[in-house]
Formats: sequence, C-alpha cells, structure tokens
Amino acid sequence: MKKNLTLVTSAVALVLVGCTSLPSPQALDAETKALMKAGFRDQGIAKLDRIEQDLGQSACSSETPPADAVAEQIMAQAKAGVKWPAGGQYLGDWREGEKIAQNGRGMTWTDSSTATSANGGSCYNCHQLSKAEVSFGTIGPSLYNYGKNRGVSDVMAPTAQPIIEYTWTKIYNSKSYAACSNMPRFGHAKVLDDKQIAHVMSLLLDPKSPVNQ
Amino acid sequence: MKTTTLNLATLAVLAGTMVLTGTAWAQAKSAAEGIAEYRKMLEDGNPADLFEAKGEALWKQKRGPKNATLEQCNLGKGAGVVKGTFVELPRYFADTGKMQDLESRLVTCMETLQGFNAEEIGKTAFGRGEMANVTALATWVAAESRGLRFNLPQGHAEEQKSYEIGKRVFFYRGGPMDFSCASCHSVDGQRIRLQDLPNLTINPGDGVGFAAWPAYRVSNGQMWSMQLRLNDCYRQQRFPFPGFASEVTVALGTYMGVNAKGAQSIAPAIKR
Repeated sequence: MKKNLTLVTSAVALVLVGCTSLPSPQALDAETKALMKAGFRDQGIAKLDRIEQDLGQSACSSETPPADAVAEQIMAQAKAGVKWPAGGQYLGDWREGEKIAQNGRGMTWTDSSTATSANGGSCYNCHQLSKAEVSFGTIGPSLYNYGKNRGVSDVMAPTAQPIIEYTWTKIYNSKSYAACSNMPRFGHAKVLDDKQIAHVMSLLLDPKSPVNQ
Repeated sequence: MKTTTLNLATLAVLAGTMVLTGTAWAQAKSAAEGIAEYRKMLEDGNPADLFEAKGEALWKQKRGPKNATLEQCNLGKGAGVVKGTFVELPRYFADTGKMQDLESRLVTCMETLQGFNAEEIGKTAFGRGEMANVTALATWVAAESRGLRFNLPQGHAEEQKSYEIGKRVFFYRGGPMDFSCASCHSVDGQRIRLQDLPNLTINPGDGVGFAAWPAYRVSNGQMWSMQLRLNDCYRQQRFPFPGFASEVTVALGTYMGVNAKGAQSIAPAIKR
C-alpha cells in the first residue's frame, strides 16, 4: 500500500515536472516568430517587413538543414525566378565590377535609399578575388582565377555560354544551386541591377580581369 | 589624469599607424595575432578605464527623483553584490518575472531605487543621456568580474526557455540579404575582410565574443555595451532596429552566454 502511494506521488511529481518543462519545439518556433515581430521596429529604410520570411529563409533558420524535398522546392523556385539580362548583356566592365566587389555598403538603416545605385556587392567581405587585394573574407570560397579555372579564354565564344549562365544564375539567386547558401540573392532581392551584375560577371570571367591573372 | 591624457594621445598615434601599415602588416601575420599584439600595447591605456571609473561613481552617487544610490541593486547575487554577477547574466529575476541582461537589470534598479523612467531610458540613443550612464555602469559591473569564468544559471524553466528562443533568434534569417547571426558566427576560423569572426554557437575561447563586451572601440572612439554590439550586428544584417533590451536581444545574450560557459571574461576589452 505504501509502495503504491509512492508510485502515485512519483506519477504526480512527473506530471508537475512536465508542466514546468520546456514548451514543444513547435511552440518555441511560434513564440520566436512572435518575439521577432515584437522586438524590432522600423528605422529609416529598414522596415519591419524584413522580419517576414519566405520559404527559403524560414527553412534555413536552424542548425539542421531542411528536408531534401523542401531544399529541392527552394532551388526550383529560385531558378524559375532568375531573369536573363535584356538583350543578352551578361557582361560589362571588370573595372566597374572591381568597384562593386570592393563596396560593402547599402540596405542598412543608416543608408538613405534602397536604390540599387546605393549598393555594393560586398564580394570581398566573403571571397578572395584579385591577388592584389589581401583584405578579403573567407566565408565563401576563393574566386581567384574563377574564369581561368573554368577554361574561359574568350567570353564571346559559344563554349563560354554555359559558365556565363551558371555564374549569372549564382549571382542573381544563389539559392538556385544551394537552398541555404549564405550568399545574398543579389538580383532577386534587388540589391544589384542587371548592369551591376554584368560588371561583376566581367570581373569574374574576363581573361583581362585581375581575378584571372 | 595626466597619465590618461598621455595614453589617449599614444592611442591616437597607434591607431593612425595601424591604418597606414594595415595592409603590409596583415600580410605578415594573421589578423588575430596582429590585434592581440595591438591590444597588448594598449593594455595600460584602455580608455574603457575612464568609463569604468564613471560607472563606479554613478553606482555610489545619490541620483534621480528619489535621490538614492544604486548600492542596494540586486544584479542576481543579492542586494549590493557586484563581483561575479556579470558572468552569470542574463538570468531570471523573480521580482520582475523576466529574463534580464546586465543593461536591462541596471535600468530596473535605476527605476525602482532612483525613480528614473525605464521606458524613457530604453528609448534614448546609445551614448546619450541616461543611456550613456547605463553603459558606464555596465562597464564597471563587468570590470568587477574581470578574470572570472562565464557560468550562466540554467536551473529555472525561463532560463532554459530563453536559451532555446535565443538559439532560434541566432539562426533566424531575414532581410534583403538573407542574413542571420549564424551567417557569420557559426563556423570556426572565418573572417569578414580581415576581421576574425568568433563561432558563437560554442565557447569561442577566453575573452572572445560574449566574454569581451562591453568594449572600447578605437575605430569610432566609443564605449560599446553588449546591447549596442547586438544593435550594430543587426544593422549590418540589414534588419530593422532591435528594441533596447527586447526579449530577443536578452535571449541572444542567454544563448551566447550559456555557450561561453567556462570562458574567462576580459571585459571591458579594447577593440579595433
């Protein structure tokens, strides 16, 4: 009888512990979203809508990557939204591309405009590009000799077209090839316009660009 | 006082030298080694000392509508105990029924003991008015735990929940560039440009990351509290503006602080 009483007491204690223990992961996810919305406010050009997540942002917001099917869906949506440049103008001037790669400005609440002209590409923040610039980040892979390593000796040659389209897609929407890529979606998110992307394309692919020396 | 002036002058010269020789210097050694050496040179002249002294004076001074000191403030280890509190924050406070970090707790004490308006302080810009005083107070309180190791309490259900929320906030992607805290701070040994990035999902080591702030920033000549550090991270993440001591920022502190368990505090540090 005493033993039974102890068992009952333990069972009650367990239930009580259960009540004060952590909410379910789903409940914590929901509470986090609510707290994110409550915890921020508009400041300058950085409005509260930046907290709203699309499928990719939401699915890539944890330590664990999304399920394969979700990742496929993110990549397919990204790829489908890539727009080729008007008149097939994939390439620009590598000198302008270098300036854009060096420029890490834009889109913060201390910037005055969301126009693409106010933004840089922040490329050197994460990537090595030309040999001359030693102040480069390492979050992304080195892009030194990007075009050379891919056998681009003439950007106008038809054989260069596949790598040109791949590179355009990667810059326009990096999630086309990796669902949770750390790289911003420069074209999709209107951080850079087609002309700016074309300049960066030349920095990466033009055999005369310092990237390929 | 003369010594301090001299040190500040030396600091300005050193900062100038650093800019001029930055490129060549970076090639010779890693950014981390260079910065460590630079910090060593400045050890006797960290301007954070000035903020630390100001904070100590503010703690003991009768101020506010109630003309009281902060000496009875409970930072988590009992009324009036300062030493050791910094390395155990954020934690749950039964009197407010909330998770609080150092800065939000100081503001609570300024309200209850001195009669200041907490909401008004929370809306004040960093470096201005009573917010500047909160930063100075936080600098002094942190300095009183210099050399101690982080050991945040996780016994209370709210403390465990704050960690779980903080982890989710840390990985929360958003904005035009899809960034989260994790974009830059979840892998060992990465850099932005030449700036080393601590991995804040683990204990990144003594005096690194959470164990370094508040810190004096040479680049803009300001004393930066943890709340300002987080605020500027979110600015660079291209997020909207995080509310001072909002639940998300306190939860981030819990997440980073618990992860830093065992790391020795060097706060207030000196930073680039």
